[in-house]
Amino acid sequence: MTATVYRIVWLPGSDRLHGTCHCGAEHDADDPVEMWTWLLAHPDHAAADQDGPPR
Amino acid sequence: MTALIRNQWYVAAYSEEVGEPLLGRTILGEPLVLYRTQDGTAVALADRCVHRRYPLSLSGRDGDRIVCGYHGFTYEPSGACVYVPAQTRVPRTARVPSYQVVEQDSLVWVWIGDAGRADASRIPRAPWLNAPGYTTVRGMEPLAARYGLLVDNLLDLSHETYLHGGYIGTPEVAETPITTEVDEDAGIVYVRRRMTDVECPPFYANSTGIEGHIDRWQDIEYHPPGLYLLHSRIAPTGVEIGPDGDDSGAFHAEIVYAITPETENTTLDFWMVARDFAVDDAQVSEYLAKSNHTVVMQDVVALNALEKVIATEPEGYQELSINIDTGGLAARRMLKNLLGS
Repeated sequence: MTATVYRIVWLPGSDRLHGTCHCGAEHDADDPVEMWTWLLAHPDHAAADQDGPPR
Repeated sequence: MTALIRNQWYVAAYSEEVGEPLLGRTILGEPLVLYRTQDGTAVALADRCVHRRYPLSLSGRDGDRIVCGYHGFTYEPSGACVYVPAQTRVPRTARVPSYQVVEQDSLVWVWIGDAGRADASRIPRAPWLNAPGYTTVRGMEPLAARYGLLVDNLLDLSHETYLHGGYIGTPEVAETPITTEVDEDAGIVYVRRRMTDVECPPFYANSTGIEGHIDRWQDIEYHPPGLYLLHSRIAPTGVEIGPDGDDSGAFHAEIVYAITPETENTTLDFWMVARDFAVDDAQVSEYLAKSNHTVVMQDVVALNALEKVIATEPEGYQELSINIDTGGLAARRMLKNLLGS
């Protein structure tokens, strides 16, 4: 069984965060609140994209 | 976030604190008395005599029993009352609650909650604290602040640069990006900061003897709600882990915090520093104990001030979170989930 792990990497040299859900979906964001909202929307990441703040 | 999370294991004391004398300590608003029986077993009972509530921690012992210092009600380690003054019949309700205790890694854990839900296998481990090859210094400071503030503090170590400059803080800590991982199944938050070719703070320069720049790893492992581990690796720049995993060229400090809510707005801040270098050097132990105590007190002053700010602010204050808060936000969410479980 795959572990349920969320991963957020703060990209060196930038202010960007790169998130990876345990399902493999990936997303970039400018702040951690937006990133956690997107990750925790699993499995409905697409809806979180639409509902999220403008990027 | 001041709500207390029951049905969890919390560190109530260090093993070395629990002995012949009766130790009073409040955990999640519940007053406990801790002591050790003659066979070495650690015991935790409610710290209130059933008669007139006198604190048993202010009382005396008769062998393994506690004799209330007010009227002499006498309790077994199980909490059962076996003697009341001047009458032969002991009321059936004469009993103080007892708490499940597990002692491991030099820590005395107590279960606060429904007894039937206690599972000792879920207590997180910190084996360095009494493992061969390591030496540990430790202390405990009471915080006049809610435990959530200590969790925030420890999950975001960028504050070291500003609050702990001259001890453990250097400019690079705040400037180095972090990686955050949350393992939902295990219930662990990881925050990793890896710094290369950076200044060595006095805390490590003076204890390791390293001169010049270092590679510094800060790998946090937080087990909500009560145990925080910081795996700190310090090495002269360029000293790598060997292909066989040998890391003997580096210095390792395992920084451990037990975060134990005392009440909704006060916290017991247990701090420990275990190291695998200079393990027999008493001067290094003295230096690290003194320096870390100073660092902890810097946090205590800051968090106590924050508690006053939060306690008096109007409802609905909106915080601002930035990248450095990624791990702290994850910890808050896990605590919130535990509260509802």
